[in-house]
Amino acid sequence: MTVAETLSVGDAPISADRVLLTLDRVAKRYTRGREIVTIFDDLSLDINAGDFVSVMGPSGSGKTTLLNLLGGLDRPDAGAIIFDGAPIQGLSQSQLSAWRSRDVGFVFQFYNLMAHMSACRNVELPLLLSKMNRNERRRRVETALDIVGLLDRKRHKPRQLSGGQQQRVAIARALVADPKLILADEPTGDLDRATATEILEMLQLLNRDLGKTIVMVTHDPAAANYSTRQLHLDKGQFQERRDE
Amino acid sequence: MNDFALMLSGLAQKKIRTILISFSILIAFFIFVVLSAFQTSLSGTSDTGIENRLVVMNKISPTQSLPVAYNQRLQTLPGIQDVSYFQWFGGYYQDQKATITTYAVDPESFVRINSDLSLPSEQVEAFLNQRDSVMIGRALADANGWGLGQRLPLSSNIWRREDGGYTWSVIVRAIFEEPVTGISDDWAFVHFAYFDDARAFAKDHVSTFLLETVDASQNPQIIQSIELEFQNSHAEVKAVTQAAYAASFINQTADFGAVLIGVTLASFFSILLITATAMAGAIAERSNEIAVLKTLGFTSPRIGRIVVGETLLLTIIGGGLGIGAAWFAVDALRNADQFFSTMTITPMTLASTFAMVVGLGISAAAIPALNAMRIDVISVFQKD
Repeated sequence: MTVAETLSVGDAPISADRVLLTLDRVAKRYTRGREIVTIFDDLSLDINAGDFVSVMGPSGSGKTTLLNLLGGLDRPDAGAIIFDGAPIQGLSQSQLSAWRSRDVGFVFQFYNLMAHMSACRNVELPLLLSKMNRNERRRRVETALDIVGLLDRKRHKPRQLSGGQQQRVAIARALVADPKLILADEPTGDLDRATATEILEMLQLLNRDLGKTIVMVTHDPAAANYSTRQLHLDKGQFQERRDE
Repeated sequence: MNDFALMLSGLAQKKIRTILISFSILIAFFIFVVLSAFQTSLSGTSDTGIENRLVVMNKISPTQSLPVAYNQRLQTLPGIQDVSYFQWFGGYYQDQKATITTYAVDPESFVRINSDLSLPSEQVEAFLNQRDSVMIGRALADANGWGLGQRLPLSSNIWRREDGGYTWSVIVRAIFEEPVTGISDDWAFVHFAYFDDARAFAKDHVSTFLLETVDASQNPQIIQSIELEFQNSHAEVKAVTQAAYAASFINQTADFGAVLIGVTLASFFSILLITATAMAGAIAERSNEIAVLKTLGFTSPRIGRIVVGETLLLTIIGGGLGIGAAWFAVDALRNADQFFSTMTITPMTLASTFAMVVGLGISAAAIPALNAMRIDVISVFQKD
């Protein structure tokens, strides 16, 4: 059984060039005191299944807000976000939670692992939201840790791992439930160059070999070069450069 | 791993804090259970077999006596099955400080009413047939090395004999093995007639009548009829249930029930505040972890349930250990001193304690759980 088969929950594979995620005229505003700050107004974007999209932009351009919207952690003030053909902005909190647990994996800049849990328990967390039995969960956790090369560290707690290793555990956690979409917020922002390269190569592998759709926010042009599609977000609009 | 493992893991994060809070809860419930057991022993409610027993004493004071002739009149009243009577002897053996709880009893009715005393029938016969007999409990016999047939000079620090002495010579003719309701196994019982014939004053008078009624549910009416029967006599009586009689002793110095409730409420609310504050602090410290769980797809109600479960687990661990420690302490007290021999942890005490443990857990978890459910993922990650 291949790694992809092991992690598959049984959905039909997503074919490339099919639109997985659409932002349709999305607007997002914040109130700061009496001032209303517009982050985006009329922002539109299609992300195809199998894309590895990097989003760059100056601080305050709304990169993280974009990621929060894509992950259903925040709601747009106007417009629609359509995932796999279904709008998500109207879902209730519990429906959004269920959707995230099923379809979205998250990778954070500071890993956000549970400090008191071993690597395998951290990776297992998303699977607690499924109906999988213990053996199935263990098999998946081991496969995910194997993919990121940390199976031999499965009993280690985060403090016993290097930063790069912790981020690999976080990637395994994002991967283990076989989501269609992985959202990564500055995944290499806290790592040295060599380790960052390892992590980026790993994300590239997930995209290329496992067909995961990835949206990565980064400040680092070198990191963006690992993506297949680079977006620059500034003044509420995208500018795009496609990797040929 | 499951949600229970997450609860355990939450508790394990700050072991010292968890241990200290558990210990506070342990102490609170330990005190509550021990005091409850003590109150149970005082009120006599630990035994369900005495509801149909009434105690009749002088209306003015339990220290005032009643004519022993009331015995016949009490027996004729409706609803009364049996009547016995006794007089506090105030005994000691050789040394006035070596007091022995001793009663002068009517032997036949005493044996009838206390038919659950464990001793051979030949000893019962011997006790009944010889007026200078004394029946003692096994603990008293063992403590003094006394055996059957042994003659004892049993002295009273209250009653003087007609011959000027204070000592009644009695022979041990019966030894009961275990304490029973209302009777400790370090007590002694002598014949009332043997005692009364020799004492210099208050002859033909007793301090207390002990009655058995046919139907405990009729006790209020029977009590009324007893008190009416002796109204306007030279020695009016007061009748109470045996449980109320036992409780009245301790209530002479303090309302023990009120003390127990006060102590319990104070400790309950202290522990509630301590636990709730500690859990609220723990949740605040773990807001990042909770935000991560929410991001992964854990719903707010599920996170709330995990926090409630974690707090409940904490109180159950502390409360459970407290109940266990109290169990051993009550057992040790029972064996150490006869004064505590009737202390009992009743099923009702266990049930009410467990309900309090659960109530504490849920109450203490309410605000922390609400805080955890309200954690806003975006705000938490922005702080990073």
